[in-house]
Amino acid sequence: MSKYLSKLTSPLIAVILGLVVGAIIMLVSGYDPVAGYGSMVNGIIGDSYYVGESVRTIIPYILAGLAVAFAFRTGLFNIGVEGQLIVGWLAAVWVGIAFELPRIIHLPLAILAGAAAGALWAFIPGYLKAKFRVHEVIVSIMLNYTALYVTNYLIRNVMTDKLDKTERIADTASLRSPFFESITDFSRMHWGIVVAIICVIIMWFILERTKTGFELKAVGFNQHASEYAGMSVNKNIILSMVISGAFAGLAGAMEGLGTFGYAAVKGGFTGMGFDGIAVALLGANTAIGVVLAALLFGGLKAGALNMPLETGIPSEIVDIVIALIIFFVASSYFIRWIAARFKKGVK
Amino acid sequence: MEYVIEMLNIRKEFPGIIANDNVTLQVKKGEIHALLGENGAGKSTLMNVLFGLYQPEQGEIRVNGEPVKITSPNIANDLGIGMVHQHFMLVDPFTVTENIILGKEPSKAGKIDLKEASEEVRKLSEQYQLRVDPYAKIADISIGMQQRVEILKTLYRGAEILIFDEPTAVLTPQEIKELIFIMKALIKEGKSIILITHKLKEIMEVCDRVTVIRKGQGIGTVNVSETNPNELASLMVGREVLFKTEKTAAAPSDVVLEVRELEVKDPRGVSAVRNLDLTVRAGEIVGIAGVDGNGQSELIEALAGLRKTTAGSIKLNGKEISNLKPRKITEAGVGHIPEDRHKHGLVLDYSIGENIVLQTYYQQPFSKAGILNSKKIFEKARSLIKSYDVRTPSEYTPARALSGGNQQKAIIGREVDRNPDLLIAAQPTRGLDVGAIEFIHKRLIEQRDAGKAVLLISFELEEIMNVSDKIAVIYEGEIVAIVDPKETTEQELGLLMAGSKRTEAGGKQHV
Repeated sequence: MSKYLSKLTSPLIAVILGLVVGAIIMLVSGYDPVAGYGSMVNGIIGDSYYVGESVRTIIPYILAGLAVAFAFRTGLFNIGVEGQLIVGWLAAVWVGIAFELPRIIHLPLAILAGAAAGALWAFIPGYLKAKFRVHEVIVSIMLNYTALYVTNYLIRNVMTDKLDKTERIADTASLRSPFFESITDFSRMHWGIVVAIICVIIMWFILERTKTGFELKAVGFNQHASEYAGMSVNKNIILSMVISGAFAGLAGAMEGLGTFGYAAVKGGFTGMGFDGIAVALLGANTAIGVVLAALLFGGLKAGALNMPLETGIPSEIVDIVIALIIFFVASSYFIRWIAARFKKGVK
Repeated sequence: MEYVIEMLNIRKEFPGIIANDNVTLQVKKGEIHALLGENGAGKSTLMNVLFGLYQPEQGEIRVNGEPVKITSPNIANDLGIGMVHQHFMLVDPFTVTENIILGKEPSKAGKIDLKEASEEVRKLSEQYQLRVDPYAKIADISIGMQQRVEILKTLYRGAEILIFDEPTAVLTPQEIKELIFIMKALIKEGKSIILITHKLKEIMEVCDRVTVIRKGQGIGTVNVSETNPNELASLMVGREVLFKTEKTAAAPSDVVLEVRELEVKDPRGVSAVRNLDLTVRAGEIVGIAGVDGNGQSELIEALAGLRKTTAGSIKLNGKEISNLKPRKITEAGVGHIPEDRHKHGLVLDYSIGENIVLQTYYQQPFSKAGILNSKKIFEKARSLIKSYDVRTPSEYTPARALSGGNQQKAIIGREVDRNPDLLIAAQPTRGLDVGAIEFIHKRLIEQRDAGKAVLLISFELEEIMNVSDKIAVIYEGEIVAIVDPKETTEQELGLLMAGSKRTEAGGKQHV
C-alpha cells in the first residue's frame, strides 16, 4: 500500500502547489481566491447538473490519457492523439449517419469505427518508426494537421454540401442517455463513461496480465533485451501505436456520439489530445492514475466554466492553475527534493 | 604515522540495508591502498561517501589529520580527492584538452585559451608519463587512453589522492600493464592512490596495503607483503575459495555446433568475422581466446540470431540455424549468456521474476491463451533464485536493484534451466568477484558434464585456461589456432592472440 501512496505523493503535492500559486495569482489580480475556488467546486459538484457535466467532460480526458499513457508505457511518445481523436470522431459520426441499423448493432459499430479510424491514423507513425526508424513524434505531429484539414474537407465537401457541420447521427447510434439526463437535471452526461471505464480495465488488463503486454513493456524498456529474448521489436512498436490510437479514436467517438451528436468543421485543435499528455503524465502512466488525473482535469475544466458566472473570475485563471499543476508535475524531481527535506526536518 | 585520508568507523544506511557499518580506511601518503570486497560489499558506497556523493550516518573523515565534512564532489576536489570512474565521464566529440578543462576552463576575458590549456595538459602528461595527445578527439582514442584522460582530469584539478574505481575491468592485458606503470609513476610524484578492486593478482602486484570489506563490514587492513591471494580471498568471501576450477577430463561426443566458413559484417560493412570454422561437441567446453575487437561479439551475435551472416553456415545438431530469428534459435536449443547483461541480458525495469521468464513467458505454464500466469511465473522465479543462490530481497525486486553478480546468476539460471544443447557464455564473469566466478565456472562445468556443448568467450586468459577443454584463438575474425589448455602457456596464447601464428609442428589444426 505504501508503494501506491508514495506514487501518489508527488502528483498530489503538485496539485496543491498549483492551487496555492493559482490562489496567489487570483489575489494579485484582485480576485478573492476563496470565492473563486468555491465557485469552481460548485461548478464541479455543486448540484446534479454540474456533476453530470463534469462526468461528461471527464470521458474524453480518460480516453485521451489512456492513449498517451499506453504508448508511454511501451516506450513511445504518441503526440498524435489529437489527430487520432479527430478522425475517430468523424468516423463514428459517419457510421452514425450513414447506416440504418438496430441500436444493438449500430451503436457498437459506430464506436468501433471511431476506434478503428484512430488506430489506422496511429498505424502510420508506428509503421514508419518500425520500418524506417522515423521518429513517431514528428510523423504524428504532422498527422495531427492532416487529420484536422482532411476531416474539415470531408465534412464540408463530402458529408454535406458546403455546410459547417454534419447532420445529426441516428438515435440508434447515439450514446445519449435519458436515464443519466434525468438524474442529472438534463446535463449532457452520456453512456461514454461506461465505455471509458471499460477501456481503463482493458488497458490495465493488457499491460499487466497478458503476454502481449509483457512484450510491449519489455520493448519499451529495453529493445535490445527484447530482441535477444526473441520478441519482435517492430511488431510491438506498431501494435502499441495501434492500441494507443484506438483509445484516442474512442475519445473522439465519445464526443461525436455522446456529447455533440455530429461533427463540425474545426478552426483549430480540440486540445483534448494534448491535454491527454498532461493527464498521462499526472497519472504516472497507469490506468488508475489516468482515471484520477482525468477526474482532476475534467473537473477543473468543467468547474472553470462556473467561475466567471459566479464570481467574475476569468476562466483563464483555471487554465493557469492547470498549467501550474503540469509544471509542478514535470518538476517532480524538485518536489521529491522538497519532500525529502521535509521528512528530514520532521525526523 | 601520517595518514592523508582517514575514514573512521563509517556507517551508511539505505532504506532496508546497511551498506557500510563500522568501516575504517586509513591511507598513508605515497601508498597504493587497495579496497577489496565482493560485488555489493559496499566498496563503492564507501568511496561515494569519501567523494561527497553520500553523507555517512556515523563516523568521521579526516584529510591530512583535519576532520572534514565532504558534502559534495566539489568539496572533495578542493581537498585534493579525485576519482577515476569505472565508466568514463567524457564527451566523445571533444578533444582531450577540452574534456580535461571542462567545468574548470581557464579563460581570459571570456575566451578560453585552448592553446595554453593544451600546453598544460601536455606538461602534466609528460610529468606522469601518460603519453596523451592533448589534441586527439576522445572518439578516436582507445579505452586505455580514455582512462588516462580521466586520470589527467583529476591531476589537472590538483588531486593528491586518486581513487581508481575498478580501473582494469575495461582494459586489455597490455593496457593493464601500462596502467600499473602509470600508478607507480604517480606514487613516485608523491600522490596517494586508493584502488577499488576485487582482482587479487593486481593487489599483490601493485599495492602496499589492503583494506577488506565484507557485506558492508570493515574486516581489517593488512600489509600486502605479509599476505597471499588465498588469505585475501577468504577474508573477502568469508570462506575458503578454490582458485583452480576442479573438473574431470572432458568426454566429447557428438558435434552440436558446427560453423563453417562463416562471414559476418560489422555495422560499417567490414567483415568482422571471416572464413571462421568452429566445432563444439557435446560434453566439452570450447573457449575462444582473443583480444577484444577481433570479431568475438559479431560471432556471438550471429550465433544468437541478433546479426545477419553474409556467408557460410551455422549448424546446430546438423540443422542450419544461420539467419533464423532469435526465438527460433532459442527454441532449437541454444542458451546464451550475453556479453552485456544490461543491454541484452535483462530488462532492468522488470522484476527479477519477469526476467527469469524473458524467453519462456509465452509458453505454458507461464501463459495460456495469451494470459500470463503470474503465480507460475513467480513460482519458477523463486525456485531458480534458490537453486542459483541469487541474493535478492524478493522475486518482485527490479533487476536493476541487484548487484552485478546476482544479476548474472539470474541470467545463468534462466539460460541453464531451459536445458539448451548449446550454451554460449560470453564474458560470463566480467566484473564479478571470486566467489561468484567460482560459482559460475562450476555451473558451466556441470552443463558440460551433463552432456551439453559449451562455448565460452572471454578476454580473461586465466578463465579460458581454467575452464576450457579446448581453446580456439580468434584473431581478426578468424580462428587461427586450436590449442589444448594443458599444453599451452599464457605466453603462447598471448602471442597467438596478437596474430603470430604457431610455427611449431601442428600449426593450424582443423577440428
